[in-house]
Amino acid sequence: MKKMTPQHRHKLATGALMLAMASSVFSANATGIKEKIQQDCAGCHALHEEKKDDQLTQRINRKGPPLYYAASKYQKEWMQNWLQDPQRIRPGGDYFANHTVVTDEGDVIDDATLLKHPRLSAADAKSATAYLMTLDSKKELLDKQAYSAKKTSRRMAAMNFSKFKGCQACHRDEEDYGGVSGPELYTAHQRLRPEFIASYIRDPQQWEPRSLMPNRHLPDKEIHKLMDYFKILGE
Amino acid sequence: MKIHTALITIMLGLSAVSAGAKDVEYGKQLYEANCSQCHGMEGDGYGVNAEDMDVMPKDHTDTEEMISRTDADLFKAIKFGGKAVNKSVLMPNWDKNMNDDEIHAVVAYLRVLCCSNEE
Repeated sequence: MKKMTPQHRHKLATGALMLAMASSVFSANATGIKEKIQQDCAGCHALHEEKKDDQLTQRINRKGPPLYYAASKYQKEWMQNWLQDPQRIRPGGDYFANHTVVTDEGDVIDDATLLKHPRLSAADAKSATAYLMTLDSKKELLDKQAYSAKKTSRRMAAMNFSKFKGCQACHRDEEDYGGVSGPELYTAHQRLRPEFIASYIRDPQQWEPRSLMPNRHLPDKEIHKLMDYFKILGE
Repeated sequence: MKIHTALITIMLGLSAVSAGAKDVEYGKQLYEANCSQCHGMEGDGYGVNAEDMDVMPKDHTDTEEMISRTDADLFKAIKFGGKAVNKSVLMPNWDKNMNDDEIHAVVAYLRVLCCSNEE
């Protein structure tokens, strides 16, 4: 027996509209990419920093990750490829509670309510990526500490990720295994700039004041161990 | 024993009331954002992340268990994580996600969640 949360009801009501919008995104030619992105993407992604008083509500209502610091966060090559063949990064959506249904077997994500990202042509993906890579807010937060991957045992690294650090509670390190409320991390190495990963793990709230990720107060060595694991997963 | 439990439940209920309905409501919103992913939308420990976890998240509707914890215990567990109270490392520290007032609001909501439906 499913019980819908209020957020879930709201999401269902808007879901069809959003999907309809998604299907029309980038259907025209690729001229004026900046205007096109402002018009088609801003419904789900913040393209400018908005400092609202109630940041918790702002986070809860978010439909997609902010892109005003896309260049500080993402790897260019990954973005261009992903826009042509988008795969779900957050199994529970951008805010899991908006997609959660209470059942007798426990809470589950209702996949039917999750928004699908529009698929772009190669040309549009290239021009969209070029523009998004100019959005470099927060670059001063990027980690200054040099990171170079170290040799590590996959088994030990996996254990560190799941049992010692507890990351797997919210994040998946393989398809269909691990938490669903956070973004999957088996493509983090290809997806995210290493300076961003280190900086975000060190202090998530610097990037997003109402990030749902805890700051585990990890020293550099421990942060780099996690990054070594992401590298293994991505190779 | 039952009278003892009932008395503690009433005291905890009064404590939640004294925290104020506004605190409890805000605590509920914070609980949903930060806690329900593991502890469940209804606080029963069956959140969306629970399925693949090695340790089941605590059932916050378990009155007997919850009345054995003081508000200070709960505050400490939330702020500093499970490790600080000899519990699972899977329960992280939330000290940078919520300030002390907000954690107190979550504790107030936990008291409603655990103990307001006791017969």
